Amino acid sequence: MADPNNFGPNDDEILLSVQHLKKSYGNHEVLKDISFDVPRGKVFVLLGPSGSGKSTLIRCLNGLETIQGGTIAFKGKPIDGTEKTWRRLRTEIGMVFQSYDLFPNLTVAQNILLGPTKVQKRPKDEVERQMDKLLADVQLSEYKNAYPRELSGGQKQRIAIVRALTMNPELMLFDEVTASLDPEMVREVLELMLGLAEHHMTMIVVTHEMEFARRVADTVLFLENGVILERQSGHDFFTHPETDRAKAFLDSMAPISDEE
Amino acid sequence: MSWQVIQQALPLFRKAFVLTLELSAIGVVLATILGLVIALVREYKVPVFSQICATFEELLRNTPLLIQLFFLYYGFPSIGIKLSAQACAIIGISLLGAAYMSGAFRGGFSGIPTIQVESAKALGLSPLQMIRHVTLPQGLTRSVPAVAANAIFLVKETSVFTVIAVPELTNTARDLIGMYYRTDEYLLMLVVAYAIILIPLSVVLTLLERRVRRGTFGD
Amino acid sequence: MVLSAIDSATTVLAADSGWTILFTGDNLTRLLGGLWTSVSVAGLALVFGIPLGVVLGALRIMHNPVLRAVLRLYLEFFRIIPTLVILFLFYYILPREMGVQVDGETIAVVAFGLWVAAEISDVVRGALISVPEHQVDAGKALGMNGLQLLWYVRLPQSINLMVPATINLAARVIMTTSLLLLISVIDVITVGQQIMEANRMAHPDSAFWVYGFVFLLYFIVCWPLAMIARALEKRAKERNNG
Repeated sequence: MADPNNFGPNDDEILLSVQHLKKSYGNHEVLKDISFDVPRGKVFVLLGPSGSGKSTLIRCLNGLETIQGGTIAFKGKPIDGTEKTWRRLRTEIGMVFQSYDLFPNLTVAQNILLGPTKVQKRPKDEVERQMDKLLADVQLSEYKNAYPRELSGGQKQRIAIVRALTMNPELMLFDEVTASLDPEMVREVLELMLGLAEHHMTMIVVTHEMEFARRVADTVLFLENGVILERQSGHDFFTHPETDRAKAFLDSMAPISDEE
Repeated sequence: MSWQVIQQALPLFRKAFVLTLELSAIGVVLATILGLVIALVREYKVPVFSQICATFEELLRNTPLLIQLFFLYYGFPSIGIKLSAQACAIIGISLLGAAYMSGAFRGGFSGIPTIQVESAKALGLSPLQMIRHVTLPQGLTRSVPAVAANAIFLVKETSVFTVIAVPELTNTARDLIGMYYRTDEYLLMLVVAYAIILIPLSVVLTLLERRVRRGTFGD
Repeated sequence: MVLSAIDSATTVLAADSGWTILFTGDNLTRLLGGLWTSVSVAGLALVFGIPLGVVLGALRIMHNPVLRAVLRLYLEFFRIIPTLVILFLFYYILPREMGVQVDGETIAVVAFGLWVAAEISDVVRGALISVPEHQVDAGKALGMNGLQLLWYVRLPQSINLMVPATINLAARVIMTTSLLLLISVIDVITVGQQIMEANRMAHPDSAFWVYGFVFLLYFIVCWPLAMIARALEKRAKERNNG
């Protein structure tokens, strides 16, 4: 591969396939019969009102929630759902969360090095070179030895993304990563994610940032009450949504403008 | 293990059981009242008394009950103050208990959000009104689990009364073992007697902790 | 009664009163020697009990229900039965079961050690589960296994809660060694009683001074521990809020 930042050829390989996924807490069904395929290099955005199940869905895709039915297949192989299998796959599927999840007792560099050196057992100097390059890309090199508490929310989330990328994942999951941020910090995080999309990183994103979703999404999945109500290309979903529910949702998310 | 031995010892154990309960109850009640007073004195930083209470608390919390009892029972007579063993036991457990209970109450008070105190002040409440309407109702419910935990601790501490020959459970068991050498039976009866008192208390404590953690208290 | 109390209080403070026996002959060194016995029993119990308690505490956050129930039962037994009774159980039963003479110190180290392990297991469990779930998720998302989550995520983020609780427990164990005299260990209190016995005729008021002095000795050992624990607790709380 000529460009190391290019995350893969844009062919028709299905990287992640979800079929008839069911998830419930006790008697409460949170996800009912969810199916979709994510081709390599594509960006899927999950939209929907709160409580629609989108965060639960993305957590299922990393084995953080156990599912009650259906299959998830990664790179063509169905996942058997054991913790051992998930543990191996989590080194190939990166995830960034809403809450700041850098380890507060470790410096930025220690946070980033932990997974690759202790879990993947890769040589430290190789990982350090990769980290230095990624930190330079996001212009946070000077914070290498800082502790998370010394960083702003936006910086923390960018480091969390770098931490996940240093594991060389083939798929990235983003669970409302800007939801806890002050407005002025949202942009720096979203721009980093746009950059990843441009380099053909396969991504599944849960977000409430509509403008960002419109720009980044190859496909939008609109969820309500645990069901995919609508699946459209990013452009089509925002210009002419098919269902009334989706229209209502988009209206509710629209920025407040001066009424006539 | 002989059922007969157990049966013969039952009346003595029953008496000791009642005495342990009585001493525990008196001790817990006195300790709670005194502890609350100390906690309020310290919370509102009453000059001089607050420092005295703090010293009292530190002294009693950081020394064993056994030596406190010895000091009261054997040491005090040499300066002319003679107390019966049971009186020493009650004084000892109440003072020790008060030191612990004060800590429990202060913990509860410190959990009251500052905004509550500030808004009480903003309403112009006097210190006494604040105690009555803010500190006590909110602080007490928060203190309940710690107070219950202390109560359990105090019941267990009554076993130390044996060193000044108060005929409570542990002392009775020791006496019987000394006289008849039937260790298994008497130890079993001793453990069962404490379990009868303490298991229900510990269940109540667990429930209280759960309730307070769920935040269904007070508000 | 009050007057006589004041009266005897003045005689107590006179130069030839009981407090002088604390400093006659080798009495002071003997008392400190007794204190050392008590503190070393507590120290050994902690040395054995803490590592065992850490392991048990870590096991208690695992999902195996049988293991959890057994460990909970172990904790509750030591919580519910007074320490003095536990000490007697070991004192009467241990030598018989082992079929050998076991000295009081060893019995106390075993009994207190198991008690410490029970208490520490609860401290460790409480601290480990206080680590926010999303931190554990973040560790999982990096592919960590159970031991790695414990070692890299849970332990470092909860150690500042465990340390003050452990120091407090250490102070409690030292105070509990006062019970050693009941299983015929020559501890600081027994030494004090020997001194009083030897001076019964010359100083009938020696009990006040000797027990007062032992009271003070315990305070001097335990109070600094309590202060350190409190300072660490405060720092941990501030760090969590900051």
